[in-house]
Amino acid sequence: MKHTKPCSAEHARFLRRRRRNIGLIWACRIGLFAALLGVWELVAALGWVDPFITSSPSRIAGTIASLYREGTLFYHIGVTLWETLAGFALAVIVGFAVALLLWWSDTLRKIVEPYIVVLNALPKIALGPLIIIWFGTGSKAIVFMTVLVGLIVAIMHVLTALIETDCNKILLMRSMGANKAQILWKLALPSAYPSIISMLKINVGMAWIGSIMGEYIVSRAGLGYLIVYGGQVFKLDLVMSATFLLCLLAAGMYFLVVLLEKVLVKNTQR
Amino acid sequence: MTKRILQFTDVKYIYHTAHGELVATLGLTFSVEKGEFVAIIGPSGCGKTTLLSLAAGLIKPAAGRVESCGSFGYMLQKDELFPWRTIEKNIFLPLEIKRQNTPALRKHALELAKKYGLGDFLRSYPSQLSGGMRQRAALIRTLATNPDILLLDEPFSALDYQTRLNVCEDVYNIIRSEKKTALLITHDISEAISLADRVLVLSARPARVAREHALDFNGLNPLKRRETGGFSAWFELLWQELNI
Repeated sequence: MKHTKPCSAEHARFLRRRRRNIGLIWACRIGLFAALLGVWELVAALGWVDPFITSSPSRIAGTIASLYREGTLFYHIGVTLWETLAGFALAVIVGFAVALLLWWSDTLRKIVEPYIVVLNALPKIALGPLIIIWFGTGSKAIVFMTVLVGLIVAIMHVLTALIETDCNKILLMRSMGANKAQILWKLALPSAYPSIISMLKINVGMAWIGSIMGEYIVSRAGLGYLIVYGGQVFKLDLVMSATFLLCLLAAGMYFLVVLLEKVLVKNTQR
Repeated sequence: MTKRILQFTDVKYIYHTAHGELVATLGLTFSVEKGEFVAIIGPSGCGKTTLLSLAAGLIKPAAGRVESCGSFGYMLQKDELFPWRTIEKNIFLPLEIKRQNTPALRKHALELAKKYGLGDFLRSYPSQLSGGMRQRAALIRTLATNPDILLLDEPFSALDYQTRLNVCEDVYNIIRSEKKTALLITHDISEAISLADRVLVLSARPARVAREHALDFNGLNPLKRRETGGFSAWFELLWQELNI
């Protein structure tokens, strides 16, 4: 999209206006964030609200700094991050494999369909006690919870995309004498590709839900643990700090996936 | 010496669904000789596409025989080019599927593409081509494996009228100059008359061949045929036969 050719004055004006508009939007975004923090800090400092209940930006910064000094900041972040990534990877890989299997065999798909529907409808947190008994109170249980939350979503997303492959294109492939593996590799998977990428995006969110939910039920470390612990002992500063860190991490991971999407989709030029 | 390349004998085909069965064809008999351009027309819903699937061996008849010697190339209503592949890669698709992806055949396919005006578009994606060019690419893809008989399933019906006449002319010329046998299925009477050597008229379901006509245009091109007086006479005749 580089404009190397000289452009008309009108077009230059259009570009300038567009640039200005984008600049304005960014300025407002940052300004809004600063204003929110400022008001929050101010009402807490003036005593209009009780900072013990609402915390405040400066107290959050202080709490994070003291966690850092105690050397536990990156430990908690690391634990949660590891659980989330492990659960995400397992859910995606297993979900993908199961979706391929169910696409391959119509009969198998029809057999397990009601099971998938029920598992999808079940609130996974109901399995909490079972998970504790089966997997103990360590990271293993939390990873399992994360997988549970993401797995069915991954299966259904990929499977739907594979099944929606254009039947005329399948007819074309069959008229060329293609076998099922060729239809999968040369047609179904490439045409499901955008859905597979969007499944990754959805599953990032699912993985965070799973890992934090898991830490709520059973944990001795992690950001979810800090939130629950902080709530129990009424250290709202700790709750807010952990929530803030969670926001940063989740947003960071989401942007990584969006970046990945851009690279992958660009390479396929659709 | 003419050689029979496709023969339907007393073919019966039944569609089964949970709600019942539907006899699509019954006692369907016809043949196609090498080098011929045969068009099949019929009332809508009479099982024209079924007939092509039977010819290509994608489905098996319930009774009767479908015999063919030679390989098939199938061309559908829409071009069905894969949007994630370049035109070149799309044209190579049947070679990959049939595991004939040899340098010689690739070269042959590329030569066809160049000969018929796709040379500049080989590295383009289908979305960058016009409807007519895309359909031409689809024809080259069909020709890539050097099939003995082309099965054309209303290949122009998704195009607008002007493109349609041009692509029709294109396809006719390419098929003639490559000396291919073709079996065209269409509901468009004028298309059948402008392309074919012989027209078969199907009856309503269950389909069988109701009439058969050899056309006498002596190898005129489709657009030229449309200008002759015989064209409208044929049109009238076939129109009446379709509406019996």
